[in-house]
Amino acid sequence: MSRKPYVRPMTSEWILRHSRYVRYMLREFSCLFIGGWTLMLVWGLKQLAEGPAAWAAFLQWLTSPASIVLHLLTLGFASYHSVTWFNLTPKALPLQIGEEFLPDGAIAGAHFAAWAVLSFAILFLAGAF
Amino acid sequence: MSERPVELEVLRYNPETDREPRFQRYSISCPEEWVVLDALNHVKETVDPTLSYRWSCHMAVCGSCGMMVDGEPKLACKTFLRDYPGVIRVEPLAHFPIERDLVTVIDDFMAKLARVKPYLIPKEPAPQDAEYRQTPAELKKFKQFTLCINCMLCYAACPEYGLIPEYIGPAALALAHRYNQDSRDGGRAIRQEEIAAYEGVWECSFVGACSDVCPEHVDPAGAIQQVKIKSTVDWYKKHLMPWTKE
Repeated sequence: MSRKPYVRPMTSEWILRHSRYVRYMLREFSCLFIGGWTLMLVWGLKQLAEGPAAWAAFLQWLTSPASIVLHLLTLGFASYHSVTWFNLTPKALPLQIGEEFLPDGAIAGAHFAAWAVLSFAILFLAGAF
Repeated sequence: MSERPVELEVLRYNPETDREPRFQRYSISCPEEWVVLDALNHVKETVDPTLSYRWSCHMAVCGSCGMMVDGEPKLACKTFLRDYPGVIRVEPLAHFPIERDLVTVIDDFMAKLARVKPYLIPKEPAPQDAEYRQTPAELKKFKQFTLCINCMLCYAACPEYGLIPEYIGPAALALAHRYNQDSRDGGRAIRQEEIAAYEGVWECSFVGACSDVCPEHVDPAGAIQQVKIKSTVDWYKKHLMPWTKE
């Protein structure tokens, strides 16, 4: 008897097979918004180099509704990426002290605390307070 | 003992007669406490003796009865029918070729498992007339990874393995990590050639599905990220501090 194994093709339907795959793809898609926002910063630098009129036009564009929508979307995706990523840190960085491992909450919590401290420091240096 | 009607929709494939798999419906009556494996055994014994599937222990130890139940990788012996309202769709584990009905071809996994050398490669000769010494802390460092039963549910859950069949995959990588973490073992450098390669841990994009579906609560996703971090540290040490020993 000869064997004839059947290989099922993998279609893009796997993304919708379970909510975990949708959440994963959202995390992956966040890079498009974060990458786009970084390109916008480069464009801003170019405008700054071109002189006061170009820089003023860039600042004007930042206040446009399209810019505000893009910023809100980017902030949402960046926050989602950061929160889901920090929640995964206990898996990647388990810390064994003596016999016991540090609880997951302590490792993720330390990352969230560092995130908050650094964010406030940057906002402070930027003169937000 | 109350019984209720259950509709099973099982993917069938006969390599001798079928060009491709097809679903077959079985209507049976099942006690409340039955698992999917009980229903399959009932079908095979009383309705259709041609139905093929793997099973052995019926107690989530042997890892033989992995299959897709309503699209999720599950052990058929641990999956209660009462948790599934409506028609229950039973398919062979995803991402593996189908040998017949619910039986998959697992040669790829077996070959990959052998490649990562999942056994103790002693650091030094075994103690004469004495046992190896290991502290509870040293044991705890790798204990969870010893619970893997090679059921391959993690491979069926991992989209990276489905898309890139060369990827070594979660269970084999977690088992390699288990031995790397063992205080008695000295085989890490040998295993690194397989697991720190492109087809090893670097194909993983941390979907995390492997750990979600593991019936023994092993955390292969964690093991893979830990190997990535250690391999990265190795790389920096080699390139920035070439005078240090590996």
